[in-house]
Amino acid sequence: MTNTLHRYGKAESFRDDFVVFAMPSKGKSDEGCVPKMKRFLEMALPFAPVNLGDALHGGAFRPTRNANPAVHWKRDMSPDFRAVIDGVDAYTTVAAVFDRREAAEAFMDAVKKEDLGLCINISTSVEGGKRCCCAAGGPRHSVGYSLGFEGATEKLPDDKVLTLTTMCGHGMVSAGFARKMIDWVKENRRTPEEAAAYLAQFCSCGVYNPSRAKRVLEEAQHRPE
Amino acid sequence: MIINQDKCVACGNCTYVCTMGAIHIDPATRRGTIEPDECVECYACYNGMSQEHLPPGLVRAVRGFLKLLRLRFEPEPDICPTAALEPDELSWPRVVRRAFSDPRVPHESTGVQGRGTEEVKTNDVSGRIQMGDVGLTIEFGRPGVGVRFREIQVITKALAAAGVDFEGKNPVTSLMTDEKTGSIREDILGEKVLSAIVEIKVAAHRMEEMISLVHAAEKELDTVIAIGVGARCDFDGEERTIAPILERNGYKLERAKTNAGYGRITNELRGQA
Repeated sequence: MTNTLHRYGKAESFRDDFVVFAMPSKGKSDEGCVPKMKRFLEMALPFAPVNLGDALHGGAFRPTRNANPAVHWKRDMSPDFRAVIDGVDAYTTVAAVFDRREAAEAFMDAVKKEDLGLCINISTSVEGGKRCCCAAGGPRHSVGYSLGFEGATEKLPDDKVLTLTTMCGHGMVSAGFARKMIDWVKENRRTPEEAAAYLAQFCSCGVYNPSRAKRVLEEAQHRPE
Repeated sequence: MIINQDKCVACGNCTYVCTMGAIHIDPATRRGTIEPDECVECYACYNGMSQEHLPPGLVRAVRGFLKLLRLRFEPEPDICPTAALEPDELSWPRVVRRAFSDPRVPHESTGVQGRGTEEVKTNDVSGRIQMGDVGLTIEFGRPGVGVRFREIQVITKALAAAGVDFEGKNPVTSLMTDEKTGSIREDILGEKVLSAIVEIKVAAHRMEEMISLVHAAEKELDTVIAIGVGARCDFDGEERTIAPILERNGYKLERAKTNAGYGRITNELRGQA
């Protein structure tokens, strides 16, 4: 699962994108992992995450099976962090997404001190990941580089759409929907914040960064075609 | 996935959220229609959209009346107003599509959860990638293009001919009939999936050869590829071997996932006194 590695953008564009995730190693550190993963998510809350995720049950932005028709006029689109934490009930990968490097660094430091035994990774720019590990006072163990997209790249959408869709590395955010949200923001039919929340709902493991999406949508709003 | 024709009110919301662009409104029936060969069973429409349970007849009547007045009610873009999307009963080999496309389900076809393995994410505990090794993940079809196993096989055969070993626990490997040749089961070659990952581990000095091999073979493919390169850092946290080679080959390394090294073995050791 490379669900946060291949986000589209230059290193500088990840200045507000830090995904810290925890996973047990199967057969080596998965026994009794549920309370540890819940603890990891709980510990993230004081550092103001913009999303939390559980790969099995979803993120803090979730669709509902029984929407009331009134949602067309009034709707609460705020993240439900408690639902994510309470929902962890089995081996999975849990993630906390931050839009400030300082918050990610402080969280990494806190997680290191807590010594949960889980494998902790941070996905961001190469240098950003290195800095976060250094700030927490430990050398990096391993690194996985993204070499970007190749092959039939003429099939890919434009850079703004690609930036929005690849924040769900599992590909659940479609190019058509991202393009529609850009159009709606440009037409002032929805705010960038609302559009970002719609997009985040489709990411099924909660690693989507609505803060970065909002910035990208704001940039698209003011860019001529 | 199917769209219940009795419930669909042709609002069009699902046509935008489909990851493969496989849904359209049929002008003859005025209902949402899925192209079965393009649908990868990712369930993004069913799992990602909220559902209302409005009476279809009433919704159609309101929409029809507004249309007469040249008005249009603008619904929320992420809602299916009549809960018309319904999961279909999948059988072999179509079930493979969902296993490789819906990230929430375990690989029913393989018994392995996820599209790949733990790679370097648990390397501090598993020790899978040692210094001098490189873990390569070759991902097909993402973002938003999709891939058929016939195309994946082009690469797996090329890699096998170069004498590499495929990661044993990887879902694609488990669908091979012969790892020595990189051959994939005949009955799934035409199946389209959202993405699939081939994983190999080679000595660092063979990395350039493997990447060149993928470059050469990908020209035959009608999809996109994303390569990930995993390496063990030196004891001081620096990675001095792989990044310089990649940069020398023209790659600008923008993003990475970094294993912080906080993991440890916590399971009780079996069989010990």
